[in-house]
Amino acid sequence: MAQDLFRMTLKESQRYLSSKENFDLLVGSLSLRAKEIDPKVKAYLSFNPNGKNFSDKSPKPGQKLWGVPVSIKDNICTDGWETTCSSKILKGYIPPYDATVVRKLKENGAYLFAKCNMDEFAFGSSCESSAYHPSVNPWDLSRVPGGSSGGSAACVAADEAICSLGTDTGGSIRQPASLCGVVGMKPTYGRVSRFGLVAFGSSLDQIGPITKTVEDNAILLGAIAGYDPLDSTSVNIEVPDYTKALVKDAKGLKIGLPREYFVKGINSEVEAAVREVAKVYKQLGAEIKEISLPHSKYGIAVYYVVATAEASSNLARFDGVEYGYRYNTDDLLEMYVETRDQGFGQEAKRRILLGTFVLSAGYYDAYYLRAQKVRTLIKKDFENAFKEVDVILSPTSPTTAFKLGEKTDDPLSMYLSDIYTITVNLAGVPALSVPCGFDSKGLPIGFQLMGKYFDETTLYRSAYAYEQTMHWYEKKPKL
Amino acid sequence: MSLEKYESVIGLEVHVQLKTKSKIFCACPAEFGAEPNSQTCPICLGLPGSLPVLNEQALYYAIKVGLALNCTISGRLKFDRKNYFYPDLPKAYQISQYDMPVSHHGHLNIELKESKRKIGITRAHLEEDAGKLIHEGVKDGSLVDYNRCGTPLLEIVSEPDLRSPEEAYEYLTTLKAVLQYLDVSDCNMEKGSLRCDANVSIRLKGTEKLGTKAEIKNLNSFKAVAKAIQYEIERQAEMLESGNRIIQETRLWNDEKGQTFSMRSKEEAHDYRYFPEPDLVPFTISREKVEEVRKTLPELPQAREERIISSYKLSNYDAHVLVADKFLADYFEACIKEGADPKKVSNWLTTELFGLLNAKKETLETCKVSAKQLSKLIFLIDKQVISGKIAKEVLPIMVDTGKDPEDIVKEKGLVQLTDTKFIEDIAKKVIEANPKTVADFKAGKSQALGFLVGQLMKETKGKANPALANQILEKHLHAL
Repeated sequence: MAQDLFRMTLKESQRYLSSKENFDLLVGSLSLRAKEIDPKVKAYLSFNPNGKNFSDKSPKPGQKLWGVPVSIKDNICTDGWETTCSSKILKGYIPPYDATVVRKLKENGAYLFAKCNMDEFAFGSSCESSAYHPSVNPWDLSRVPGGSSGGSAACVAADEAICSLGTDTGGSIRQPASLCGVVGMKPTYGRVSRFGLVAFGSSLDQIGPITKTVEDNAILLGAIAGYDPLDSTSVNIEVPDYTKALVKDAKGLKIGLPREYFVKGINSEVEAAVREVAKVYKQLGAEIKEISLPHSKYGIAVYYVVATAEASSNLARFDGVEYGYRYNTDDLLEMYVETRDQGFGQEAKRRILLGTFVLSAGYYDAYYLRAQKVRTLIKKDFENAFKEVDVILSPTSPTTAFKLGEKTDDPLSMYLSDIYTITVNLAGVPALSVPCGFDSKGLPIGFQLMGKYFDETTLYRSAYAYEQTMHWYEKKPKL
Repeated sequence: MSLEKYESVIGLEVHVQLKTKSKIFCACPAEFGAEPNSQTCPICLGLPGSLPVLNEQALYYAIKVGLALNCTISGRLKFDRKNYFYPDLPKAYQISQYDMPVSHHGHLNIELKESKRKIGITRAHLEEDAGKLIHEGVKDGSLVDYNRCGTPLLEIVSEPDLRSPEEAYEYLTTLKAVLQYLDVSDCNMEKGSLRCDANVSIRLKGTEKLGTKAEIKNLNSFKAVAKAIQYEIERQAEMLESGNRIIQETRLWNDEKGQTFSMRSKEEAHDYRYFPEPDLVPFTISREKVEEVRKTLPELPQAREERIISSYKLSNYDAHVLVADKFLADYFEACIKEGADPKKVSNWLTTELFGLLNAKKETLETCKVSAKQLSKLIFLIDKQVISGKIAKEVLPIMVDTGKDPEDIVKEKGLVQLTDTKFIEDIAKKVIEANPKTVADFKAGKSQALGFLVGQLMKETKGKANPALANQILEKHLHAL
């Protein structure tokens, strides 16, 4: 049994971690597992350089996550520990401070295990744009784990992590969670502090948990959520105990199925699996209703204006002056140009150019301003829908995991991978992805539940009821 | 010269560093002069992942200034990003306000020798300052000091309502006075806590259409502003007279050469790609909050000037000079409080003391003479202990040493001679020694008396009471 400690859920590890001895055993088992399988999965970029310094011999009062190993996406700052965003331009960059979520984890006694690979600066849906190496899908090593939090999802699916944190700007937690068969939550915008998260699209980014079970997810979100005076966009609303909502019951729950989401482009096996989810909910006492989110079709277009505009500005600071990669020359302009040309990958450059273009004099009104107007309409879609239903059910991704290299030359088809997740970020509502079976190739399928602002509780309750009926999480990839 | 046909149109952009304790978006101290890069943190260094949080004090100061400049305070506030690359700007964007400034549509009244004018204030908005590049003493490249990064700035933009370099100078003096009275900034141009750019264009008198403007930067004093504007007006007039077109450009003032030089044309200007700062959510300022701030406004220069004129019976000009500098006006009123005569204080302060300080390149702030001491000096004259002339000898010693005037008078034996007998003896001596002048006096040349008084004063080393000396000499001359 001892050698299988790495298979623990977060909940199980909480029970197990009663002593320093057990902590050493668990981390030892996890490290061994990572040593054995990460050369195949490549979910990780680095392991805790101060690991041996975890000296807390026993939990302090109130520490709910004492000793629990958590893996962290590499765009979340860790004090004294290289944070690269999987980019060459930040190679060797060591932040002098902890992100608020990291501080909260540490305060809760958690142990930071490793940093996870990702698409460079979270630009991508396959983890292939990492400047270091692509990660792969534990269910099929020739396929992508999804992205951008591909490493965070793959390490949990491969049992080389107990749980992890990802970040989600347009689906970057939910899509890889779906493709890897794990649970991923994108909380309400403002629920989790962004302080210390290297910004991509500041008005869209959220940090959230990726876990083996819904219960784990609720525990981990509870630990990282809450108002932060260092983040002006975080909201001062009390964080409920999400675990209290976890009951195997969906009675009275009103679930909406958006008409616009079940049209061409969707994989038939994915569609069938999600329709099956609706049936399960019906049996559990929920009411299923067709609803409309009429402006969904503009989601991708609006997103690639707003997100790239913000990204072009957010990434301007990587200029070789203060930190990170620098091309050395006597000429200032040449330093800027060469540093950025050599430091950024293709997708990063594509998005910086796109974002710079849409903000340029003469184009601002036609692109950025118009996109913001449509974004308001998309928000209203959700507000209207939530007058009728409690949660909205949809596929997370239109397909299951695709082959490595399949979409790297076709950015547009890659962008469409986020068609069901992107509007959630534009509206700011919370959503999570939960496993709901496998396709004929044995690849995981996930469904997405979207909720009302700051109502993660209902999402967890709904997800838990389904999960505890179907038990998909019990199936593990063969590695 | 051809300048006569043109009217100049000038607008000023003034950047004021607000003297908050901490920076505008982080908790670092906003002090001047610390060890390079010692007052920085991940936020003002723009490290990846850091986020700004607005300093409420900076907003409060900005509202105060807005109200003092008769502006409308915006009900809703938003910040924007101004994007450009420069090594002193660590995020490669400056957080500023683009289309929703803290305040807008105000005015500032200025007073010139012969006219009063109302200058429109377009807007005043908050933004963060950048760092500083250090080139001097650095081999191979430059160094950056980020201490100044994130210092709160208020940019105050005037309407193109100014018509001459003198008006521009007066506008800046008045604006500086208002800011000092509000106690929101040090307004020190040398330390860079007040900076000014000028937009200058000219047009034919009587026409409405604005000419093409040049923006002038690198203006390091109010005098430089006036000089640069004058130079620019003449340059533009010469261009037009010689049949050339004026191009829209940014020009740099070179104070040593007394000229402006082209820095970049409009085509080379940055596209700043402004967009709303997503890290700071827009927020509202309630009317109540604005009214609360209004209640905290102190007496402003214009009101003080009116009060000084009516309560102390000073001339408009004297009052205007006094209130233009808050420290000076406070000093003045402190003397009045000591019981000194307003008109005398005004004269001694603005002519005598200022003359001495200017010569020593000192200011009233650093001056060793307190208001109480200056008042004492005036009392010594009032009580005829010393003459005005002796007082003019005492004051420089006060400025140098900070000693009380009584002590100086005692030490130097400068007490005025009021011993009639003694003065009479000297008067007789003077009359005897100057028969020619005495004859002149007798012949009706009244200025001859002045000369004789002068001689008497010389004999007494200036200690004789001048009125007494005058009286005694006249008496003896008539008796001849």
